[in-house]
Amino acid sequence: MKSLIPWAVVVALLACLPLLSPPEYFIHLGVTVLLTAVAGTGWAMMGRYGLVSFGHGAFLGIGAYTMALLWNMAGLSPWVGIPIGVALAAGAGVLLGYPCFRLKVIGHYFALVTLAAGEIVRILITALREYTGGSLGMTPDRVPPESAFLAMQFDKTGFWWLALAAWAGGLLAWWLLDRSMSSKALAAISEDEDAAASIGIRVTREKLKVTLISTGLAALAGALTAQYRMYLNPESLAGLGPSLQIVFGAIAGGMYAPLGPTVGAIITIGLDESLRVAFGTDFTGGAPFIYGILLVLFMIYLPRGIVGIFERRRKPAAAPPALGVPVAAK
Amino acid sequence: MDPFLLEALVNGILLGGVFALPALGLNLVFGVVDVVWLCYAELVMVGMYAVWFLFTQLGWPLPLAFATCLPIVSLLGIALHYLVVRPLLSSPPINQVLATGGVLFLLQGAMTLVFRTEFRSLGVDMPPMEVGEIFVSGTKLAAFCAALVGAAILWAFLKYTYVGTAIRAIARDREVMPLMGVDPQRIYLIASAVGGALAGLAACLLVVQLDVHPFVGLSFGPITFMICVMGGLGNMLGGFLAAFLMGIIVSVGGFWGTTEFSYVVAFGFFIVTMFARPRGLFAR
Repeated sequence: MKSLIPWAVVVALLACLPLLSPPEYFIHLGVTVLLTAVAGTGWAMMGRYGLVSFGHGAFLGIGAYTMALLWNMAGLSPWVGIPIGVALAAGAGVLLGYPCFRLKVIGHYFALVTLAAGEIVRILITALREYTGGSLGMTPDRVPPESAFLAMQFDKTGFWWLALAAWAGGLLAWWLLDRSMSSKALAAISEDEDAAASIGIRVTREKLKVTLISTGLAALAGALTAQYRMYLNPESLAGLGPSLQIVFGAIAGGMYAPLGPTVGAIITIGLDESLRVAFGTDFTGGAPFIYGILLVLFMIYLPRGIVGIFERRRKPAAAPPALGVPVAAK
Repeated sequence: MDPFLLEALVNGILLGGVFALPALGLNLVFGVVDVVWLCYAELVMVGMYAVWFLFTQLGWPLPLAFATCLPIVSLLGIALHYLVVRPLLSSPPINQVLATGGVLFLLQGAMTLVFRTEFRSLGVDMPPMEVGEIFVSGTKLAAFCAALVGAAILWAFLKYTYVGTAIRAIARDREVMPLMGVDPQRIYLIASAVGGALAGLAACLLVVQLDVHPFVGLSFGPITFMICVMGGLGNMLGGFLAAFLMGIIVSVGGFWGTTEFSYVVAFGFFIVTMFARPRGLFAR
């Protein structure tokens, strides 16, 4: 528990940041980075054990649209809607994961099954345009300021605290998982599934556990992002595009360290924003272009991400045998 | 039989022919190099832009634009292999897939930078033909025939040439072939070039049916991957048959519901197939 104290201090300090009354724009950047980091942390929890999902966008979408539809159609507050969305997304994750894990759909096949699932969610959201607004997107109904708290419609500072709480929750989940036997079991599974099963590890159960956490975090990030922007659309919340963006952030930062996806989120958001500020709309396409090059370079030269550089320097011998390290480097 | 259902069925088969080409290319590359090109649909997209640019902007005749598109995309495949795949040959498969995913972003971004996000259309169309009770789109029929010819040439190349034999051999056994004096690096390069050329051919067939925009790859990319996986990754014949199966599901599904739901049905069918046969429908 002691190791949690510095983390708690960091979170508390970050929570005090708005007291310095920084410009709104910086809070906006901060919220975006934190929420992206939550999704990336969720993805990396599966990704670092070799469960590479190309469909995490689906869970962002399920979380966000469940929340927004419950609010617009049933008047259910996001405070209730988000937990329902998270539960639904985690349920969907298990529904997809159980047969995959049971029937040993792994590696490429797992990645492509999740890709299909992500696309299904995107197309369903588009096709159900009577309720979701289709590809035009939808906006949650606004409420007058006096009931804003119940409707979770805060200003940027309010969302900073919410996003910070979600981010801290994600890191706590990571920390708890790391200390549990499940983490060892999953590491064993990712090395050799049959061998792990032969020493009594319940492969399906362990994988499902991490899937639950991972998809739940993605849904939380999706719902909060939608509520923060007050706008949802299928292209940015489901399907291959956002899924790959989550993957990119987590990989660039490093998916084997708890802070890796957060570093990745800082890089991706920073890149996006600096390109937008520097070039405006003339440079549309510049961001994905640079992402792409970076992703390739990261895979070739830095498969453990930015955080990986520091890891290796600090404890060269103690570094765990990583899944992402090229065979030649071992 | 209901003529509309029959029309949907015929359209499904024609659609399958178009899906079949990229599926063959992907399977060839995967079977030989053992790497999934996640950016395959984006190679096709670049080819579509090449045809569009040569035809509408430079005013080249269409057949010449088509003929130029093939080597362009083929070179792109070679570059992809040299610059991205080759340095990662000994990496875990997931790293390879993610790197080609990076190329997906790169190509989308590059095309957005160069051509903006407008939808570009070639503006050519062939009149529909009336066969019995049903109408068949001339463009789709021509594309289907071209796809079949392309597949036949590929088959003949693999079956009757020395290089083709080497390609099939290396797909069968990666360890033994180098001992038999086949340079795997050379074969990888050739397979990548052929895979690129197939993407180029697919681009020629798609550009007459679809408007080009930087994200057009996302509209047929996912289904191409599913076709390959359904047929068994690396299994060319399986992928070829699965393409027709998916084409028919999409087309007939669209007959009963909307096009979108037909894709949902097709993707759902894919997921169920994966559970039933995790190594593909036609896995040996």
